[in-house]
Amino acid sequence: MNALQTKYAKDIKAILAKYPEDEKRSAVMPLLYVAQREGGYVSRQDLADIAEIIEVTPTEVASIVGFYTLYHDKPEGQYRVQVCNDLPCAMRGADAFLQGVCENLGIEVGETTKDGLVRVEAVMCLAACDKAPMFQVQDCENITYYEEQTVDSTIKLVEKWRKAGAKKK
Amino acid sequence: MAQSRGEEEMSTVKGSHILLRHRDKPALSTFEGYVKDGGFKTWKQVVTKMTPEAVVNEVFDSGLRGRGGAGFPTGLKWRFIDKNNWPHYVVVNADESEPGTFKDREIMEKNPYQFLEGVMLTAYAVNANRAYIYLRGEFWRLAAELDKQIARLHKEKLLGKKLFGKDYELELYTHLGAGAYICGEETALLESLEGKLGQPRLRPPFPPTFGLYGKPTIVNNVETLANVPLILEKGAKWYRKFGTEKSPGTKIFSLSGRVVKPGNYELPLGTTYGELIMEHGGGIIDGRQIKAIMSAGASSSLIVANDKALATPMDYENVPSLGAQLGSASIIVIDETVDLKWLVDKTVHFFKHESCGKCTPCREGTYWMNNITHRILHGEAEQKDVDLLKDVAVNMKGKCLCALGEFATEAVVSSIERFPNDFKLKTAAKAVAGELKVTHD
Amino acid sequence: MTDAVKPTVQTTLVNLTIDNVPVQAPKGTLVVDAAKRAGIDIPVFCYHPKMKPVGMCRMCLVDIGLPAVDRATGKVQTDPQGHPVINFGKALQTGCTVEVAEGMVVVGYTEKVQKARQDVVEFLLTSHPLDCPICDKGGECPLQNLTMAHGSSDSRFIFDEKIKLAKHVPLGELIYLDRERCIQCARCTRFQDEIADDPVIGFEARGRSLQIVTYSEPGFDSIWSGNTTDICPVGALTTSDFRFGARPWELQASASICTHCPVGCNTTLNTRREAKAGGEMVVKRVMPRQNEDVNEIWLCDKGRFAHHYAAKDDGRLTRPLVRKDGKLVATTWEKALALVAEKFDAAGRGLLTLAGGKLTNEDFYHLAGLARARGGKAVLDSRMAGGDLTAQVGLSAGSNLVALGAGDAVLVIASDLEEEAPLWWLRVKQAAERGVTVVVANPRRTKLDRHATHTLRYDYGYEAALVTALIGSFSPKRADLPAAVQALIRNKDVKDAGQVIAQANNLIVFYGSDGTGLAESTALARACANLLIGTGHVGRANNGLVAVWDKANAQGGWDMGLRPSADLAADLGAAKVAYIVAADPAGDSPALAEAVNAAEFVVVQDIRLSATAELADVVLPAAAFTERDGTFTSGERRVQRLHPAVPAYAGLRGDFAVTAQIAARLGLAQEKLLATKVFNQIAASVPAYAGLSIAALSEVREQWPVIGRGDVYYGGTTYDNKQGLGVQLPVSGDSPALTFEQPAEPVKVKGLKAVAVTRLYDRGTTVTPSTVLGTRLPQTFIVLSVEDADKMKIEPGQKVKATLNGVTAEAEARIDNSLAKGVVLAPRSLGLAIDSPCEITVKK
Ligand SMILES: Cc1cc2nc3c(=O)[nH]c(=O)nc-3n(C[C@H](O)[C@H](O)[C@H](O)COP(=O)(O)O)c2cc1C
Ligand code: SF4
Ligand code: FES
Repeated sequence: MNALQTKYAKDIKAILAKYPEDEKRSAVMPLLYVAQREGGYVSRQDLADIAEIIEVTPTEVASIVGFYTLYHDKPEGQYRVQVCNDLPCAMRGADAFLQGVCENLGIEVGETTKDGLVRVEAVMCLAACDKAPMFQVQDCENITYYEEQTVDSTIKLVEKWRKAGAKKK
Repeated sequence: MAQSRGEEEMSTVKGSHILLRHRDKPALSTFEGYVKDGGFKTWKQVVTKMTPEAVVNEVFDSGLRGRGGAGFPTGLKWRFIDKNNWPHYVVVNADESEPGTFKDREIMEKNPYQFLEGVMLTAYAVNANRAYIYLRGEFWRLAAELDKQIARLHKEKLLGKKLFGKDYELELYTHLGAGAYICGEETALLESLEGKLGQPRLRPPFPPTFGLYGKPTIVNNVETLANVPLILEKGAKWYRKFGTEKSPGTKIFSLSGRVVKPGNYELPLGTTYGELIMEHGGGIIDGRQIKAIMSAGASSSLIVANDKALATPMDYENVPSLGAQLGSASIIVIDETVDLKWLVDKTVHFFKHESCGKCTPCREGTYWMNNITHRILHGEAEQKDVDLLKDVAVNMKGKCLCALGEFATEAVVSSIERFPNDFKLKTAAKAVAGELKVTHD
Repeated sequence: MTDAVKPTVQTTLVNLTIDNVPVQAPKGTLVVDAAKRAGIDIPVFCYHPKMKPVGMCRMCLVDIGLPAVDRATGKVQTDPQGHPVINFGKALQTGCTVEVAEGMVVVGYTEKVQKARQDVVEFLLTSHPLDCPICDKGGECPLQNLTMAHGSSDSRFIFDEKIKLAKHVPLGELIYLDRERCIQCARCTRFQDEIADDPVIGFEARGRSLQIVTYSEPGFDSIWSGNTTDICPVGALTTSDFRFGARPWELQASASICTHCPVGCNTTLNTRREAKAGGEMVVKRVMPRQNEDVNEIWLCDKGRFAHHYAAKDDGRLTRPLVRKDGKLVATTWEKALALVAEKFDAAGRGLLTLAGGKLTNEDFYHLAGLARARGGKAVLDSRMAGGDLTAQVGLSAGSNLVALGAGDAVLVIASDLEEEAPLWWLRVKQAAERGVTVVVANPRRTKLDRHATHTLRYDYGYEAALVTALIGSFSPKRADLPAAVQALIRNKDVKDAGQVIAQANNLIVFYGSDGTGLAESTALARACANLLIGTGHVGRANNGLVAVWDKANAQGGWDMGLRPSADLAADLGAAKVAYIVAADPAGDSPALAEAVNAAEFVVVQDIRLSATAELADVVLPAAAFTERDGTFTSGERRVQRLHPAVPAYAGLRGDFAVTAQIAARLGLAQEKLLATKVFNQIAASVPAYAGLSIAALSEVREQWPVIGRGDVYYGGTTYDNKQGLGVQLPVSGDSPALTFEQPAEPVKVKGLKAVAVTRLYDRGTTVTPSTVLGTRLPQTFIVLSVEDADKMKIEPGQKVKATLNGVTAEAEARIDNSLAKGVVLAPRSLGLAIDSPCEITVKK
């Protein structure tokens, strides 16, 4: 049993149970989400651990990480604020919103705040086009939608995280 | 049956709700509420009294067509399933990633049990004992809810082994994607579900003969399957009362862009663009002039929004007369203030970002087009670059491995052809998109 | 593998036209293949005839039409002239994914198709750099060729917008990637996945960012990696051995045979005259040469990269040496040969000839002849037995692994086939994929297990017992068989395997030397022969026994009359004169080194100064395989010819010629100039080789896939075979009766039992001089079972002291969870010498 297996034995067992026994490879995506619970990214060791569980090579697991946008190979921000500025949202002010949020945080799109708390990314349509401006937040645990937002409401949310983080410490 | 479902909605709402029934009965989103409304009676009825063939026939007769985009007759697809190769699978396409599309999400969030019952009935119809619901990764919380709802169905013995004492068992599973539009394409979805790169397969063979794990598989869209419980409860004839001869039923139109009231509208197929945009959608923001309509999200060509277009019924047979497709019926409304250079850059950027890279024309073409749109948008282009852009798009056509590459060309070619004024680069093109600022990465 | 590759027997032919040329092709053939066979070029990039089509590059677009069929009558509609009406689809189709059909019309010359090709080339070139003048593939690059043919002359893509990517990415020690040149055809990744079953390279990211990566540790470390550079259609993948080494058009090519294992892969040696080598001809690279009966178009990395042992470097022997005052000093041929002849003469029957298994048939023939004439002993340096049995019940002429299909069976026993004979592993794996029953019997897990239909385990020492049990499972039980065999017969897996083997239409048995010494090998070979006889799988094509020999031409050695020695140390020690040719017993084991020392007079003939040569009284230099003519007989008993690629050092000759010169001084006339003449003598005097001729060895017939023909996009840069496919020997025809033998009791030891196994990358004399392979060569290691490692608290990778036959060596410990308790694996030629199973002590 490798590190990942030991740590999340129950979850991994439940994941593997979803797929036919000789189709373990199907579990790669859910397993990558499990790996990301630690630090929000997939480490080199995770690649090897997952590869071992589903009996493929680490390269094959890495290919999957690279193909999809919700997997990350680096720790970049505790909260990833992923703003949709795709066509429909952009027609309802998403670009201006995105700009506003970034200016307020003092970063550019695709950057992380100095404290490592927030990273702001522009992403493709999130199936919430009638609720623009909107974004989703990806952290280690969850992906959560925030719809019909303003720059103010967003900054307030960030402040909330900041406080919660400070309290934890 | 005492309380016939659907009947009263029909009379109360013009856009008769078959799918968005929760809008009239919010309680449907709970198990109790759904059962109280008569939910899962059909499921029991079907498993205990009907043969799979009979189920397929009923859906075939209803004329239901796939709501994922291609509009393929659902019952016919089910008939294609290879009966000499087992096991069979049902895979639900809940990847909903087309820009401007947000209907499946509302169904699954607000009317989940009707959706799940649809999946279950479909599995029974094609003799599948396992069904996977492939959700785009962003539907993370929704998937968690579905997992709970599936667990509840297990507890209520509506799923599992020996259902209703019959020799039939069924398991439902959710599977989360992780951010890739291409995984909405059914064969890429299957690859992804198998734990491989989400790149489309060669077709033929099609999924009903060679699907998940190489086994016969039915892939259907969420909205398609959400129709099934009522079709089976009330019959094909009832279903055909909605919509048109060739496009029976209602359809959820996701309305977005420059309209006053964006949102989902369930209307009979054959409703006109004008009615949707002007009546239901409340017209254009700030009373401005409508300029163009995208009928199927970012994948569509731009329809010149003249009177003829607005009077055109939204159904599979009439939309093509406008040089467009009904597709997923995600209507993006474009008004006079939107510069199509900007719009084309947005769509091209989307497809470049989402191209899986498997085939040459799409991989290189979207990349190349995006270089050109970028230059056009930033005033660094000459007029001949517009011709080059169109030429690159045209050269991609008919050469790509899957439809994504084709989709990527639609807005480009149609905008340049139908809105030539937007592409006259007299002065260096300035980014003009109403009050919008343009960003580009 | 596509249907087109399979030489299917029951083929229905379909008629179609391609570019107006009427073509006939078997049903299931892909349009591009049908065109290729007919000599019509449809360009491809991603398609490769050895792999499943993927239709991703879109280069092969053609217009395809089918006859219009009248729905009512089911008849083909005709126009007023009586010609069939052809319906063409709206869009062009990829010829690599569409199968031929009756009446199909394929068109590639129209403007529409030509324009489409031009478009696709243009798309590809948007990212591809135009650095052909400095590209290794320049001159043999499909993209370059297709650009000439289909590309437009000017670029519409702005140069500054071209993507800039890393150009020297080492994917592993042997293979480099140029990211800019890669056209994402996935040939390399599909090869590693589909064919090599070792997917250690893959795509990362998507869209235009798609690129080849490896995240495996260590990197692209696959014994098949070199093949990807042959099939990469651009210069994106290059080998560290050849990279920037030369331009393809400066190279000369000579046909050769790989000398590393019994498969006998056909190769082409590319040579060039080099200033840095003092104007000498130098072998720049080893390339596969197509032989669909042997190696198809592939080569393992050992064959490709371990050729440097033959290079003309400082380590090569160029002049005879004699021992003077305890030192080896150079002398003249005349003096050396005179001394040797004198000693031979004096030795009488005390002459022991020890010959290494990578000599040519001609060398063996002369050595055996000389030994016979002198009444001495001719010993083959091998620990395997059964060469006489393969001559009786071996593969019959006309056999080809590719011909096996459903209903046929292959048994692989006591062999880690991928390590011992890589190409056979590949071909047996593919047979399994075609539905052949593959039974793998080995005491531990090997890579072939993944493809086996039946996996049988037995304890080391019980290999013959297992085969006997397989026979017992379908023939009436023999009450007198030992209990161990009886127990195996009762095992359900064994019984099932025995049934399918008995019922198979065709059966091929591969036996190797995993854990066996000569005694075990003798028993095993006999048992296997009995199995074939007992099931009637002898004397017909695609049936018979194959020895996975420890050396490339061991079969030839047997055929020429040499035999392994039951006690080599004793034989050497007792020799008056030991004539050791291309063998290094002293390097193999300290015990043998002692025996060499004990021999009265030692003559070593070799190309480098081996450990044995250092102990010799006289050392005679010989020409390397790259420098000489001759024939090899593969494990499948195919006689194949190698040709000289570079001239030998002045005065050096092939081993047979050196032997002939000694013989001449002893009054024995042997051909000393032409290997071909010796070969004719073999054909005249060795029954199995009767009637063979050089001309027969040189015969070729058209092979599929078509390689060459001016383009390089089909098969890649593998060489076309114009020099001969070789001849498979007939079996002797003796049909011995089934004898039921009592397998011997396995060797018993008190503590841990060490058994010898073979690894592809060893530290033998033919491998170590190739520095490119350096990092792939493991240090001395032993393999322990999980239980033993636990008991001794040994961690994987830990250094341990292993004592064997009184010699202690440091070794790295490895652990194999499929290994039985009490067994220790000692890889051959890795510094721990062991002949046959024996006791070992392991200490931390
Ligand atoms: C690039 C591409 C993206 C697609 N995305 C989706 C999607 O997000 N959801 C969906 O249901 N169908 C999508 N489709 C259509 C599916 O391939 C398929 O036709 C559909 O799932 C079939 O279900 P239906 O018959 O119920 O419509 C997409 C197709 C393509 C080519
Ligand atoms: S490296 Fe060569 S073989 Fe591999 S994908 Fe790129 S072009 Fe194809
Ligand atoms: S698509 Fe046919 S050869 Fe690449």
